[in-house]
Amino acid sequence: MKNWIKVASAAAIGIALSASAASAAWEKVVIATEGAYPPFNMMDDNGNLIGFDVDFANKLCETAKIECEIVAQDWDGMIPGLLAKKYDAIIAQMSITEERKRSIDFSDYYSNTPAVFVGKDGMSITAYKDGEVIEDALDGMVIGVQRSTTHANFLEDNFPGIEIRMYGTQDEALLDLTAGRVDATLADSGTLDAWVSSEEGNGYGFVSNQFAPSEWFGEGAGIGIRKEDQDLKEIFNKALAEMLENGSYEELNKKYFPAIDLHPN
Amino acid sequence: MFEDFIYVLGKYDTWLWRGFLLTIELLVISVTLGTLLAIPLAVARVSKKVWIQALPFAFIYVFRGTPLIGQLFMMYYGVGQLIANIDGIQDHWTWTYLRDPYWYCLLTFVLNTAAYVAEIMRGGIQNVPNGELEAARACGMSPWITYRRIIFPRMWQMIWPAYTNDVIFTLKATSLASTVTMMELTGAARKIVARTALPYEAFISAGVIYLIIVYSLTFGFKGIERYLRRSEQRNEPKTGRAKAATSA
Repeated sequence: MKNWIKVASAAAIGIALSASAASAAWEKVVIATEGAYPPFNMMDDNGNLIGFDVDFANKLCETAKIECEIVAQDWDGMIPGLLAKKYDAIIAQMSITEERKRSIDFSDYYSNTPAVFVGKDGMSITAYKDGEVIEDALDGMVIGVQRSTTHANFLEDNFPGIEIRMYGTQDEALLDLTAGRVDATLADSGTLDAWVSSEEGNGYGFVSNQFAPSEWFGEGAGIGIRKEDQDLKEIFNKALAEMLENGSYEELNKKYFPAIDLHPN
Repeated sequence: MFEDFIYVLGKYDTWLWRGFLLTIELLVISVTLGTLLAIPLAVARVSKKVWIQALPFAFIYVFRGTPLIGQLFMMYYGVGQLIANIDGIQDHWTWTYLRDPYWYCLLTFVLNTAAYVAEIMRGGIQNVPNGELEAARACGMSPWITYRRIIFPRMWQMIWPAYTNDVIFTLKATSLASTVTMMELTGAARKIVARTALPYEAFISAGVIYLIIVYSLTFGFKGIERYLRRSEQRNEPKTGRAKAATSA
């Protein structure tokens, strides 16, 4: 009998605690990023998360006056992890798309960089021009792309004549590009810009125009949150607007991408 | 919940189907070639001569002792890069095949399966009753004929359940192929998750297909097991009758 009371009271306390935690309006938020998409998010030599997304997340939390913890999560498991409440938000260059909106919600976009093909210097690709996809522009080519990305979807939906190789990370796709096993790779110009100007990217460059048709690439990258956390969305949107206004966003933008405007209006 | 299932299955059935075909293809080829390769390995492995035994021992030791995903990456990114760096190879006609992940993937699975099956076979060969070997020798059978008529049939009989297990293990191992861009069943499920963000629906669909494959495999292999053990079944009623005769 006593045991039963103990168990019952423990359960009652547990329920009370979890209820109060839920109502404690976001004192601490866990944010996930990928850590393999330089220079947006990556690991330094000691395994610490660094990059634009990480700095942005920290600044955002500072502005919103909430405590944040940033964790690394594989790209494939990003949305499932959010739904399973392993973290509360995703800041990892995730594009806002209709299909993703079926299961999660997004803040206003916080960055928008167009897509571009990278290949050997001297190559030239015109796959998207004047709002039209040129379906046979890539025929016979092997194109590397990170799986589960808007870039992968764009390739799959539009180019029946190509072979698509899908990699777990963009780094692997670039590794195979230098090995000659793929002819070109499609990704976000921000991450590719950093690579082509690095030592590994020697001999490779942008080989197409930059494009971002919203049908595939959405409205830019947003902060991913669960649909029920509308209050958190409000907090983030307010802080983002403040950062854009007070110049702290621009400061971050300049630090990582002196030549690209990450937040065109 | 069910609407999402219908959505996934209705929209992405061809992805799952193609993934299923690739999974089966990888499984059948790996198991067939792996088993063929395992036979000489196992025979060499039971040799009493150290210099014959050493190489297969080292091969089996390495492939059983390291994780398959590590082997896949070593083969694809390691060996693959080395080959890619050979001068002029990228203009050679073989490059069409050498750049394709399929062959690296298949080779890794074949070698891995060979290592495991060889070790199972070694156990089988060593457990053939000594009396039968002596009888074969007494009849004047050469080692080759002894292997063909006595040792191998006995070995298959003994190792079949373990072998069945290994085939199922290989089926699941093929799911790693998607890490080197081969879109088999698990890869297809992942792609669907990427598109729809419906992890349960996609992975449960793939899981059910795996279950069906495993069930069919088990069913088929059970049939072969009965065939392999036919001599024992034939003997059973006989001993029964013999007992009845002696007790009468």
